[in-house]
Amino acid sequence: MIGVNRYKCGYCGACVSVCPIGAVELVETWIEIADDCTECGTCAGVCPIGALEVLK
Amino acid sequence: MTAKPDKYDIVIVGAGPAGSITAKTAAAHGSNVLMIEKRQAIGDPVRCAEGVSKPQIKEHIEPDERWIAAEVKGSRIYAPDGTSVELSEDVSGAEVGYTLERKLFDRALASEAALAGAEVCVKTRATGVIIEDGFVKGITAMHLGEECEIRADIVIGADGVESKIGRWAGINTTLQPSDLETGAQFLVADIDIDQDFCEFHLGSAIAPSGYLWVFPKGNRSANVGLAIGGDVCSQGDRPIDLLRNFVEERYPNGKIIEIVVGGVPTSGPLEEMVTDGLMLVGDAARQSDPLTGGGIINAMDAGRIAGEVAAQAISEGNVSKARLQEYETIWRERHGKRLKRSLAVKNRFVTMNDSDLNNLVHSVEGIDFSTMTLFEMLKVLVRKNPKMLLSLRKLFV
Ligand SMILES: Cc1cc2nc3c(=O)[nH]c(=O)nc-3n(C[C@H](O)[C@H](O)[C@H](O)COP(=O)(O)OP(=O)(O)OC[C@H]3O[C@@H](n4cnc5c(N)ncnc54)[C@H](O)[C@@H]3O)c2cc1C
Ligand code: SF4
Ligand code: SF4
Repeated sequence: MIGVNRYKCGYCGACVSVCPIGAVELVETWIEIADDCTECGTCAGVCPIGALEVLK
Repeated sequence: MTAKPDKYDIVIVGAGPAGSITAKTAAAHGSNVLMIEKRQAIGDPVRCAEGVSKPQIKEHIEPDERWIAAEVKGSRIYAPDGTSVELSEDVSGAEVGYTLERKLFDRALASEAALAGAEVCVKTRATGVIIEDGFVKGITAMHLGEECEIRADIVIGADGVESKIGRWAGINTTLQPSDLETGAQFLVADIDIDQDFCEFHLGSAIAPSGYLWVFPKGNRSANVGLAIGGDVCSQGDRPIDLLRNFVEERYPNGKIIEIVVGGVPTSGPLEEMVTDGLMLVGDAARQSDPLTGGGIINAMDAGRIAGEVAAQAISEGNVSKARLQEYETIWRERHGKRLKRSLAVKNRFVTMNDSDLNNLVHSVEGIDFSTMTLFEMLKVLVRKNPKMLLSLRKLFV
């Protein structure tokens, strides 16, 4: 699962652009991750502020 | 305001510079246009360093002091060892660049679109595209919590770095992490800086595979930010961490009055920007400059071309890919070569270590760049460093 720390997230959309399957959505001020996420971690890698984390 | 008619000639998704100029142009050419924006306030929050060239912005809109925060005369580029070169893109010695107030700038552009006759609908997010008989025929959207369908002959994706419109219509817009610069910026108040010059700082400790900028914002303040390659971003060394280090050391008494985060595509433009009934403009089409990360002007240029072509296509009753392709062709003629060069320089730049960067800057120390453009300066660099920049020679003859 991908954990989204919404207290950190600056809702910039950078993570959305790199998801290979389009599972990330920026809804105004929060991030939603769809169920088909493969937990590849690409989105978490590019976040400028470290708001995403692959949870084991 | 709510979206009333459920059918438009053109629906534009996203009210950034790309969307607003597209909407303004298409409406001015007689099309029935709706522009939607998912945020409740256009332009906010900002994800930009707000630097633009003065002559270029003037091609699109009369400068208005309400959305100009500062004017600059030139730039200074600093090597990792602190050596610097000065660049100012103007022969006459007048101010050459603006730092915008994008919150107000984006709104000004949206109201120009509205004044030209476009409908605007905020807090409205596209959630999918409607495809029938192989043509994009509109979008599904969520407006103030209600799902709705908005039909249009042409859908234009101006939905920025997080664009989904292209993906939904079958165009692969996914960026590789190395094709994204991920960044953070503080608006730092109450600091002593030269308000006449932008600063660019290079170096692996400051901004690996990227750079740090200081853009004056008037009244003892500046946008201090940095962006790094998405592929070298890691826990503990994220843009926010690197920026905090720099600002604490350089401006210990500065006060941070705004935090900005964001990503800018540096992949170079998409291989296809149109399909039947659909066009992509601005960051959605990955049109930002791969080397500088500048995308405002490129987005506006694209919006103007797209708006014209879309309105013509509507009046001819032909919205096929072949017809809409004219936009892409014109855009590539005007910008393709420059962006290709930028991409090549960026690809070389990200492989350089600090001593390469120091050597580069030393090689041009003392040269008067005051009347040169970035392109001309790169040309000099290539000439002075034939070995190091061998791979770029063909592009800068
Ligand atoms: C840190 C940083 C610094 C930068 N500095 C500069 C600079 O100094 N100079 C420069 O020229 N460029 C700079 N850029 C790049 C510049 O900000 C962009 O290239 C520019 O904003 C692109 O304009 P656009 O209209 O294509 O996209 P955007 O300005 O991103 O607008 C897209 C809009 O679409 C909306 N949207 C997205 N999805 C949907 C949806 N599904 N439904 C409805 N609306 C949607 C978004 O909310 C947004 O308002 C910088 C970028 C970053 C991240
Ligand atoms: S990249 Fe990070 S800060 Fe930006 S929207 Fe995604 S989670 Fe939020
Ligand atoms: S972990 Fe991978 S698949 Fe899941 S949302 Fe992030 S980028 Fe997409």
